[in-house]
Amino acid sequence: MPKSVAKSGTAARHNSALQLKFPTPPARPGEDPDYSKLALSAPGEVRRPAVDTKPEDMRDLAYSLIRVMDDDGKPVGPWNSDIPVEILKKGLRYMVLTRVYDDRMYRAQRQGKTSFYIKCTGEEAISVAAALALEPDDMCFTAYRQQGIYLTREYPLLTMMGQIYSNTLDPLKGRQMPIMYSAREKSIFTISGNLTTQYPQAVGWAMASAMSGDTRIASTWVGDGSTAEGDFHYALTLAAVYHAPVILNIVNNQWAISSFQGIAGGEEAPFAARGIGYGLPALRVDGNDFLAVYAATQWAAERARASLGATVIELFTYRTEGHSTSDDPSRYRSTEEGKKWPLGDPIDRLMKHLIKRGVWSEKEHAAMEEELVTWVKSTQKEAEAAGTLGQGKTASPKTMFEDVFKEPDWRQRRQRQEAGF
Amino acid sequence: MPKMNMVQAINSAMATMMEKDPKVVVFGEDVGYFGGVFRATEHLQAKFGVNRCFDTPITEGGIVAAAIGMGAYGLRPVVEVQFADYIYPAMDQLVSEAARMRYRSAGEYYAPMVVRSPYGGGIYGGQTHSQSPESLFTHVVGLKTVIPSTPYDAKGLLIASIEDDDPVIFLEPKRLYTGPFGGHSDEGVKAWAAFPASEVPEGYYSIPLGKAAIVRPGQAVTVICYGTMVHVSMAAVQETGIDAEVIDLRSLVPLDIDTIVESVKKTGRCVVVHEATRTSGFGAELSALIQEHCFYRLEAPIERVTGYDTPYPHAFEWQYFPGPKRVGEALRRAVEA
Repeated sequence: MPKSVAKSGTAARHNSALQLKFPTPPARPGEDPDYSKLALSAPGEVRRPAVDTKPEDMRDLAYSLIRVMDDDGKPVGPWNSDIPVEILKKGLRYMVLTRVYDDRMYRAQRQGKTSFYIKCTGEEAISVAAALALEPDDMCFTAYRQQGIYLTREYPLLTMMGQIYSNTLDPLKGRQMPIMYSAREKSIFTISGNLTTQYPQAVGWAMASAMSGDTRIASTWVGDGSTAEGDFHYALTLAAVYHAPVILNIVNNQWAISSFQGIAGGEEAPFAARGIGYGLPALRVDGNDFLAVYAATQWAAERARASLGATVIELFTYRTEGHSTSDDPSRYRSTEEGKKWPLGDPIDRLMKHLIKRGVWSEKEHAAMEEELVTWVKSTQKEAEAAGTLGQGKTASPKTMFEDVFKEPDWRQRRQRQEAGF
Repeated sequence: MPKMNMVQAINSAMATMMEKDPKVVVFGEDVGYFGGVFRATEHLQAKFGVNRCFDTPITEGGIVAAAIGMGAYGLRPVVEVQFADYIYPAMDQLVSEAARMRYRSAGEYYAPMVVRSPYGGGIYGGQTHSQSPESLFTHVVGLKTVIPSTPYDAKGLLIASIEDDDPVIFLEPKRLYTGPFGGHSDEGVKAWAAFPASEVPEGYYSIPLGKAAIVRPGQAVTVICYGTMVHVSMAAVQETGIDAEVIDLRSLVPLDIDTIVESVKKTGRCVVVHEATRTSGFGAELSALIQEHCFYRLEAPIERVTGYDTPYPHAFEWQYFPGPKRVGEALRRAVEA
């Protein structure tokens, strides 16, 4: 036995043997999920404080759930911000586009045309509503499940597919795994692939914007699981200290690969509540309610633009699909869970809302879907003509020695020659 | 004797030690109920209970720090960092804490633990799932660095690592998990079961750290390698027909300097092979050591075959990967010099 083993002293202790808590998810494969314990606020129930309210006077918002649409799709309560119908229709379109795009790229991976893919099914509102609520040049530091931001900002579909296939259309020259896009022209930061690393970088970018007298703000996204990384806490600390103009989004989709959100501490307190300890205002929002996500993002953006500082937003949602194409969620969670998610599907709900308002119809929806499927399929054909992974239709292999530094040093030059490129 | 692939052998090592020593605990991201994304910890939670095998939050720094605390208490934690590319948030804990605790407390405190982590390329993982960071750890005094190349070695070395009283970084060549890989990406995976090294005893055995294996004796040139590159080097030797002596280091720290020196003094020629980037890679250390110990017996410049000094590119994985062709060319240069 190592000699550092702690031996108890002679004094008698009064406690019994200590024990830990190991969180377990609501349902494992074959079990029926029980959502009765989910504390969901009623639609319209949560108050909407003025943006200049002191963070300590709105701590309740981290423990409730901002919802705008009721079960019939009717907008209710103070967070109903009368979003113009045109924006809502755009939102619906981009959400459907995102789902169609995901579906096609997922299938392409299954057909061996690329190595990897990550879908965001069920989480489309989180990206699309935020992208529409922000200004187009506000800087987005996304994680790898916010492809909806790229699509909403109309980063070319063909270019995105080129990245997925690592082919001649890929502006990243085949260097990154699929879905790790980069789009400076759309004010979207290069996706790293490592978790949470970009969260504090977004704070730095926002600080730089303020230090430079700029008017642009930053927004960043992280998953529930990744809030456990140290980087998350660096971000909140710096954002709070300097009142950085940044929105710190936490996408709580319940699962980090096989670990449910309780493994990241979500059973002890909502993720939004982590903001409270730093003195940051924190909103907890139904992530499947387009109107709520839009309104919360607008509110946080308004605070940031008024130099009142950062806001933490927890977006409460459900990861309908596996973590990625490398994952098999049926091994660790109930297949019933997603089907029974009490907050529904973001596309269905916004569609219902628009139909209820008399500005949309199922027929129009079906026609739009068909149009988008046709467009995505034909673009996919064009993309695949430029190569799929493993066919050798790529940027020149010599490019792999570029961009290590601004100028290659003798090593990259020599190694490129040795490699024969 | 049971046949195991490398994942099963690693799993068996942990199960054997958990059975043998109640102080052995296993934790990390997805390792509990799910059994790990590569299945290395499958069934351990069901068999030994959640108190001995559990899921952690995504916090590599926290995982390693907690392991240090548990090791200091007297447990023997075996933690998984899901990919070696994810280990950097734990660097402060490894470099400033785990590696120096014994030294700074003059032996009063120390933290036995194993950090297991899959490393290396060959699975289209791009720059965030393909790295070989071993020399970052070999450079840190106080850490041991172990890399197996077969199921049999993986189990024996992992058991020795768990029993070691110092912190061990145990890097698993993920490309070898299901079968040996000679570096020809167009050939399908040959399962381990067809190879003798997949014969792994069910129970306890250990392979001492710091003892290299001569996987092929030879006279013409010494090849020093570890992990995936053992199989690539063997493929190159076979393809070139050069009578090389191939040494699998198995552990980089502690290093089996005697086996290396004896072999290079015999052959007078040496090729060092690793997948990691070249500059300040472990090959640089090996070259320096061979020069220090064998200079007057060398008949050719020491060759290094390594990954290029760039991040691991997704689409150009096989142009980047130091495959048997590059190793073969180095072998020829070494014997023809």
